Amino acid sequence: MLSLELLFIPLFASLLILFAKGKAARALALVFTLIQLLVTGYAYTIFKANGGAAFEFTQAWVKSPVINIHFGVDGISLLMVMLTNLLLPLIVLSGFNRETKRPHIFYALMLFMQFALNGVFLSMDAFVYYIFWELALIPIYFIAFNWGDENRGKVTIKFFIYTLVGSLLMLFGFVFLYLSSPQHSLDWNTLTQFKTCSCNQTWLFWLLFAAFAIKIPIFPFHTWQPDTYKSAPTQGTMLLSGIMLKMGTYSLIKWLLPIVPDGFKEWQAVVITLSVIGIVYASIIAIMQTDLKRLFAYSSIAHVGLIAAGVFSFTQQGLQGSLAQMFAHGINVVGLFFCADIILSRTGTLQISNLGGIRNQNRLFSSLFLIVVLGSVALPLTNGFIGEFLLLYGVFEYNTWLSVFAGLTIILGAVYMLRMFQNVMSGPDSEHISSFPPLHWNEKLVLILIGGLIILTGVFPAPILELTQPAIDNLLK
Amino acid sequence: MNTLIYTSVLGFTTMLMEVLNLRKFIVPLAVIGLAVIFGLNLQDWNQPSTHFNDMLGVSNFSVAFSGLALFITMIILVMAGEYYTNDENHISDYVTILIFITAGAMMMMSFNNLVMMFLGIETLSIALYALAGSKRFDTRSNEAGFKYFLMGSFASAILLFGIALVYGSVHSFHLSLISSFISENSTLPPMFITGVILIGFAMLFKVSAAPFHFWAPDVYEGAPALITAFMSTLVKIAGFAALYRLVTIGFNNGTPQTDQMLYVVAILTLLTGNLSALAQDNFKRLMAYSGISHAGYMLLIVLSAKSHVSSTLFYYSAAYAVAGLAAFSVALPVFKSTGSELLSAFNGLGKKNPVMAAGLTMAMIGMAGIPPFAGFFGKFYLFTKAFESGLFYIVLLAVINSMIGVYYYFKVIMAMYGKQPDETQIENPLSYQLVMWVCTALSLIWGIVPSLLTDLLL
Repeated sequence: MLSLELLFIPLFASLLILFAKGKAARALALVFTLIQLLVTGYAYTIFKANGGAAFEFTQAWVKSPVINIHFGVDGISLLMVMLTNLLLPLIVLSGFNRETKRPHIFYALMLFMQFALNGVFLSMDAFVYYIFWELALIPIYFIAFNWGDENRGKVTIKFFIYTLVGSLLMLFGFVFLYLSSPQHSLDWNTLTQFKTCSCNQTWLFWLLFAAFAIKIPIFPFHTWQPDTYKSAPTQGTMLLSGIMLKMGTYSLIKWLLPIVPDGFKEWQAVVITLSVIGIVYASIIAIMQTDLKRLFAYSSIAHVGLIAAGVFSFTQQGLQGSLAQMFAHGINVVGLFFCADIILSRTGTLQISNLGGIRNQNRLFSSLFLIVVLGSVALPLTNGFIGEFLLLYGVFEYNTWLSVFAGLTIILGAVYMLRMFQNVMSGPDSEHISSFPPLHWNEKLVLILIGGLIILTGVFPAPILELTQPAIDNLLK
Repeated sequence: MNTLIYTSVLGFTTMLMEVLNLRKFIVPLAVIGLAVIFGLNLQDWNQPSTHFNDMLGVSNFSVAFSGLALFITMIILVMAGEYYTNDENHISDYVTILIFITAGAMMMMSFNNLVMMFLGIETLSIALYALAGSKRFDTRSNEAGFKYFLMGSFASAILLFGIALVYGSVHSFHLSLISSFISENSTLPPMFITGVILIGFAMLFKVSAAPFHFWAPDVYEGAPALITAFMSTLVKIAGFAALYRLVTIGFNNGTPQTDQMLYVVAILTLLTGNLSALAQDNFKRLMAYSGISHAGYMLLIVLSAKSHVSSTLFYYSAAYAVAGLAAFSVALPVFKSTGSELLSAFNGLGKKNPVMAAGLTMAMIGMAGIPPFAGFFGKFYLFTKAFESGLFYIVLLAVINSMIGVYYYFKVIMAMYGKQPDETQIENPLSYQLVMWVCTALSLIWGIVPSLLTDLLL
């Protein structure tokens, strides 16, 4: 039953915020995301990781076609729920010293997004899952479209249609599965137990995979991503990169792998190769970027490429690593985009060549930014390390040469991240920066919390790994 | 059958009220009357009966669709009171004609006999020709009425010719006898097949399926906007109810010939509707082409008649109707205030009137078939049923077409939120707001609890 509370707190909050005015809206948003975080924490403490589903809720919904509402969590989905509800208060808090037009609508959309994301991770019936999957697209579209920069019109419609194309193909796949399942059901348990013949899995794989690959995005389905990240408002970009793309990687593990295992194995090599190409390609493009936000966007493509490669290595290490890295990447990328936003708000530019010498102006910001950067280049004792290590290990077990190329992500990542840090933070004082005002209290708080999380989960990764271990063992059986 | 009589009586009453100088009360009386008839209509639920020597058959199918027709007319009449404020002298004409259209639609939903079907179609069409041309001093409205009349009567003639040919082979107009004629004869005579195909052409013309759709954009554009709303909802739904009844009861769920014809037409309709809609800059033309594409989806339902899809057709129709009515309830005041029917009339509506913009946004999302609105479940239901009947490739085509659809529906949304507003203020009278709220709420409720409608006609 706890899953219902996790769902309806944000929905209720979102409706409530719609009627709040001005600053009350964001205060309410913060309060409710904190309540949601507490409930999630409570769920984590009483959750027993034994590979089965917990907090289940089932309810008949439609008689014809047979659809049941079914919610529940296993270790994998609980991790994603935790990530979502952990990041949301940070994202809300990060906007506290910013002026947002029509804040009640903005925060209502954000909380609605939280509702939909929780729904995606909690659903155990493919139809319900699909509804939440689509539902998550609507608030983020409006956030990016109404609060984005001047290019938003073209960029957001491209994003919307691109992702919708994937979703509809997935729907088509689900309809097929529904009709071919013996008892006409889309329940996760039914779908994973009954196996449609491998002749169908060959093409079913691509129908489902298209939706996930676009969302993640895996090369060559990524073209919507850099523009959207660039033109969306920062809090929207945080939602997109921190949580929404995890919908795709999560679905690879939770839905794609168990439903079409034969198709998964058949196309394993193709997808890993695509992912590795994506890693190298995105890293090289990231080196060339002159704009901070675009650089982070491309680095994100490289990171999620490695996550996808790890999933498709289909080894225990690869799967474990991908989950740990999803959690870590969510935190790091939110930190990176927040730092970019802080820089933009103070200097008015995101061009790396125009920046420099911020460290002399503001030591605290510089140190916190460094922690985030180190987390994302996967230095040992930061959260990025354990994930990337396991991922590379998994890919190595699958194929040595691929792991060598995938390993380039660490080297190239260090190249573009550290070079960027050097140019922006140290380096000669730029004439564009006359002063760099100190951090606002909420900015400090968010960055310290993110930095703390990066180090904490880097030093103690065990809880995350233990949480997901039994569910992964189940998958590999 | 009682419903049909009550509706006709209501039509005569509103006509007489003009004579009795009770003009002010016509719209309220008509709305209340329709609401009462809606209640009386429900009494026939689960009580199938036949009337006039089996000319009309009351079944749950006809009761459900008649209920939907009454509901749509009620909504249109609520808006008509506001829409015709400057034209009060003719209000009784408009209201009466609208009610008789509903009566015609009901005949199309409950006929058991081809003659009755023809009567229903003609009652509906002739009244509609008059309404489409009802703005007498507007040349476009005249053009619409005249064009619709010319092409519509041509289609009626084809329909009549088809019915005659079928009668020549079967020696009866009764659907049940036509059906047994098909099952008794392993090879059907060419005269019969020709008749069936001609009837099919005429019906496809009425529901504006490609390549019989050319009238629709021009007529939708020229007709008064309220009548466009009526045409795009009730008239289309009545056409499909009739076509579905004809195919399921009369043609044994589709003969090979009708199936082939419908298959080709469905593909053409989907593509024509969606691709032409992309290029439109006039809201009414956009709705016309969107209506054509929806006709394509609904043809898929008719094609899968073997898998008992009456509840699919009903759900889809209801979802389509409430989304369309909600869209027009925002569009009508916008047209009136800005004096333009182009998409640019909606520029900056998100700033000028956020509530209306939100309503239209939800209507467009519903039409595009995105959850949580009823339009999404309708599409899912349709795809499932069509898939179940083995229509694999055409479902794939329909899926691709719903992606194309998103683009032009979002053009409206992008105009509302992305473009700068102009100076004009939008007046939004209470009745339009009411309609918008009711229709949006229904769309949402039916989307979240689809079993309210899907379990009706199992």
